[in-house]
Amino acid sequence: MIRSFITALAMALAFALAPLQLAGAQITVNVGDGTAKPLPIAVPEFNAEPGEAREYGDQIAEVLRSDLRLTGLFELKKPEAFIQRDLDIGAEPRFADWKIIQTDALVVGETEMLPDGRLRVAFRLWDIYGEQVMRLGGQPGRQYVTTPENWRRIAHKIADSIYTRLTGEDGYLDTRIVYIAETGPKTARVKKLAIMDADGANQQDLTSGAHTVLTPRFSTSDQEITYMSYEGGTPRVYLFNIETGRQEVLGNFDGMTFAPRFSPDGRSVLFSQARGGNSDLYIMDLRTRQEEQLTSHPDIDTSPSMSPDGRQIVFTSDRGGSPQLYVMNRDQSALTCPSGGRDTACRITFGEGRYSTPVWSPRGDLIAFTKQLRGRFYIGVIGTDGKGERLLTESYLDEGPTWSPNGRVIAFFREARPGAGPRLWSVDLTGKNLRQLPTPTDASDPAWSPLLD
Amino acid sequence: MNDFLKTVAASAILLGLGACASQPEPAETEVAEAPEPVVVEETETETNTTTRSTVTEEPAEPVREAYSGPKPGSLADFRVNVGERVYFDLDQSRLDADDREILKRQAAWLQSYPEARIMVAGNCDERGTREYNLALGERRAATVKDYLVSLGVDPARIDTISYGKERPIAEGSNERAWALNRNGFTQILSGATG
Repeated sequence: MIRSFITALAMALAFALAPLQLAGAQITVNVGDGTAKPLPIAVPEFNAEPGEAREYGDQIAEVLRSDLRLTGLFELKKPEAFIQRDLDIGAEPRFADWKIIQTDALVVGETEMLPDGRLRVAFRLWDIYGEQVMRLGGQPGRQYVTTPENWRRIAHKIADSIYTRLTGEDGYLDTRIVYIAETGPKTARVKKLAIMDADGANQQDLTSGAHTVLTPRFSTSDQEITYMSYEGGTPRVYLFNIETGRQEVLGNFDGMTFAPRFSPDGRSVLFSQARGGNSDLYIMDLRTRQEEQLTSHPDIDTSPSMSPDGRQIVFTSDRGGSPQLYVMNRDQSALTCPSGGRDTACRITFGEGRYSTPVWSPRGDLIAFTKQLRGRFYIGVIGTDGKGERLLTESYLDEGPTWSPNGRVIAFFREARPGAGPRLWSVDLTGKNLRQLPTPTDASDPAWSPLLD
Repeated sequence: MNDFLKTVAASAILLGLGACASQPEPAETEVAEAPEPVVVEETETETNTTTRSTVTEEPAEPVREAYSGPKPGSLADFRVNVGERVYFDLDQSRLDADDREILKRQAAWLQSYPEARIMVAGNCDERGTREYNLALGERRAATVKDYLVSLGVDPARIDTISYGKERPIAEGSNERAWALNRNGFTQILSGATG
């Protein structure tokens, strides 16, 4: 039954999120091993008249299958095994035919070209063992009408609907990833801003490569990004509108500005400014263009990331002698640290090694980071109180985590071995489902978009 | 600066690769890979949490005789006779005695050619994360600038920039390459003669 799958998945998630509490346990990779087996699901061809409608239907079904596979939570049944070949979106499937091939869920879809040239896509999701349709937003099915060029987006939206219905989680498949495309030898590397769909489709360069660009990050809108560029000599934080191609430098600062990240409400950008060799944290309101200095400490403070409620900021500082993660209040008031004392910033990492690139989870309960220990790099997560550290990945260089908008998946970049160019990867919060994301060139500094409108 | 790096610098002179100063970095890259054999050792530092690399090699061949010498005040003069890079230890931005010697020569050269303006770039190895390394590179560049200023160079003549781990001069992924890539690079922007 699908209900039991959802329960099992929820338990697996709960387990994965729970801090490691074994007595004397060491931190290990891949703690919180998901116990849910992938759910068997069948996605047959969509019904359509021969011609354009069928071509779009076939492509949508293929992208939908691919998306469901990418989540790591579904086992896609092979079409050759299907018995019922006369599915109709308006009729009940023959449940017995689908039970024989041991599928728990069935997607029945259809496509149609409307007289005005638009594409209509509809689907229903069936619970085979429960012998009933699974309602979506109160309806027995879902329908989209759009210009045909959007067929891929429709496939992602269907995938997100199914994912949400079967996991209880928000979707993340109808999203994009902005990153740095890298070419050329290490000593003369060309770095361009690039963007792709989360499944690797629709690759596009956004800058020419004439200037080194680094660390792009999305706003709450899927059209606005901030990044750092060496254009104009002094490295600066820029804002960039993907739709219009409009670019502007953020503020007018003496020193290098870097490590930008939008506040979760999209109204401000947090960043570092370096002056006289020292880097401190700043925030700039994008409407008033007023800046505010958040830290003034003689050691390095960088990589700020704000909590979803806007009240706290996690950042990297070497004030303790090596890079570690610290949490401070947005209003700079003192807070009670996990260690018991009160301070304007609390250190939250005390494990062996160096910690940097903190990113607050969209759910608010975890912080993803890069950890460096004895020549290896790890992506991990830790509670905002510094408890429950879990390492999800390990390699020669794993760096720069970014959260999927539902907080279930982390993308990062990896140099698998010395001398290997960086590539983009993703891993579930459980530490499972490690996958390389397809990019035409070497790639680094991924940033996940919000769900598209 | 340790013996190995001195050898690399000397080799650059010997091979004449250092003479063309407008695009120094590709030339050094090739040279940096050339010297063999190299012994790489790791020793514990005081803090015990990081390791420090020590790179040693046989003494350099005497090379000065083979080189006729660049024109005083030229870019090549600065590169060859003064030295344009100081090298930092892992995670550090402190200057050791060798580094200070090079910077004293840089300061003296800048006093001799008062029209010259420089850009000091701070560079890091690839074994750190990008944003932290940008901050660390900035700290290294500022350390070099501050020392030159303490020797009497007008701060208005010195710009700084951090490249973090974005501008390695040695391609390799090993202790030797990382030691080369942790540097402060002084580039003459203008005011050199010839």
